[in-house]
Amino acid sequence: MIPASFDYEVAESPAHAISLLAEHGEDAKLLAGGHSLLPMMKVRLAQPAVLVDIARVTELSGIRLEGDEVVIGATTRHAEVAGSSLLQAEAPILAYAAAQVGDPQIRHRGTIGGSLAHADPAADLPMTLLALGGSVEITGPTGTRVVGVDDFFVGPFESALQPDELLTAVRVPRGGSVRWGYQKFVRRANDWAIVGVAVYDGRVALASMGGTPLRASATEQALRSGASIEEAAALAADGTSPGYDFHADAEYRAHLARVLTRRALEGKTG
Amino acid sequence: MEIKLTVNGVTRSDEVEPRLLLIHYLRETLDLRAANIGCDTTSCGACTVLLDGESVKSCTMLAVQANGRSVTTAEGLVAADGTMSVVQQAFRENHGLQCGFCTPGMVMASTSLLAENPHPSEQEVREGLEGNFCRCTGYHNIVRSVLAAADTLSPPGSSAGSAPTDATAGGAVRKSA
Repeated sequence: MIPASFDYEVAESPAHAISLLAEHGEDAKLLAGGHSLLPMMKVRLAQPAVLVDIARVTELSGIRLEGDEVVIGATTRHAEVAGSSLLQAEAPILAYAAAQVGDPQIRHRGTIGGSLAHADPAADLPMTLLALGGSVEITGPTGTRVVGVDDFFVGPFESALQPDELLTAVRVPRGGSVRWGYQKFVRRANDWAIVGVAVYDGRVALASMGGTPLRASATEQALRSGASIEEAAALAADGTSPGYDFHADAEYRAHLARVLTRRALEGKTG
Repeated sequence: MEIKLTVNGVTRSDEVEPRLLLIHYLRETLDLRAANIGCDTTSCGACTVLLDGESVKSCTMLAVQANGRSVTTAEGLVAADGTMSVVQQAFRENHGLQCGFCTPGMVMASTSLLAENPHPSEQEVREGLEGNFCRCTGYHNIVRSVLAAADTLSPPGSSAGSAPTDATAGGAVRKSA
């Protein structure tokens, strides 16, 4: 499968990338690792006229501490997030989640910013960022803005990111000692979650339970009111709207959400 | 556009369409046929090659993205005198292949895995090859091959295995000119 023709531009800086986006308008797409975009282009679900390659902009990559946050550059690859001793110490759930994405080859190419911008409701990192309560740094023609993760995912494969904007970094709270859990239910190797649950400090996020990654609000509320893990987990599917496919129907997904939420609240991974 | 890159130790310069996939560049422009096109959807790993020593799926990469970088295919693991790499030799000795279609990808993924983790457990080998499918289901001997290669490259207890190595260390990748 071969993508439709496009022009290829290499951005030399974030400002250059933004000016290229401004020049080419909605026909342009940003390319980093290409592990969400290229598969879509190969089956012609995406046919951008121009690709702006941001993978060579060194300042968009890297992991650093900034006050009480860890800042991860948008083009930092999953393998780097997974292997980061800084993240393993300060936000271990994010390092763990990055190691669950796809397979080693995919983690050598795919980037954290690309995964979040793609906004797949079944993916590991959107769910994990939602549990962490982090934020996303976005730069556009009019300047830089920071969007809290609760406002970032707005629909299936749709985020608050505008076509003329560049996601530059992800910010997550430092919390090396915060209790967390992570559950991803798959039938096949290197697949997306049939249902996923990420728990961090009383925040419970679900994957594949609706059009966006979702907070399990009823579970969180119950925990705040002093409910047991078992009682709170029983509410995990409340207010969700899971779809169905050949792996699972909606009722089964709801069941999985309750079971996996209990395990995640118990601090289990897997 | 023009790309310049190193493929199996040889510097190349070619005019390519931006939409040309790396796997097509390797197989059709350079006539390097070891990497196969299997699923063409980033799943099966038959097209795995090394990019600067790290395993990648060349069906999900544009040739222009490899501009200025170093690509290694299974052909590039073989020394000029025809000697196979330790990983290739281990696959041969342990019968780590049946039909052979997945083998070049398996060998490249294993080479990358051993560079990152010189002493993998059996479980780590299985998880490390998660991105490579063998439709003959010959996984047992493939895992055996990788464990044997690990022992050869850095014998248990040897100093060679105590430090992280790059893909060229210990003969995992042989560069041929």
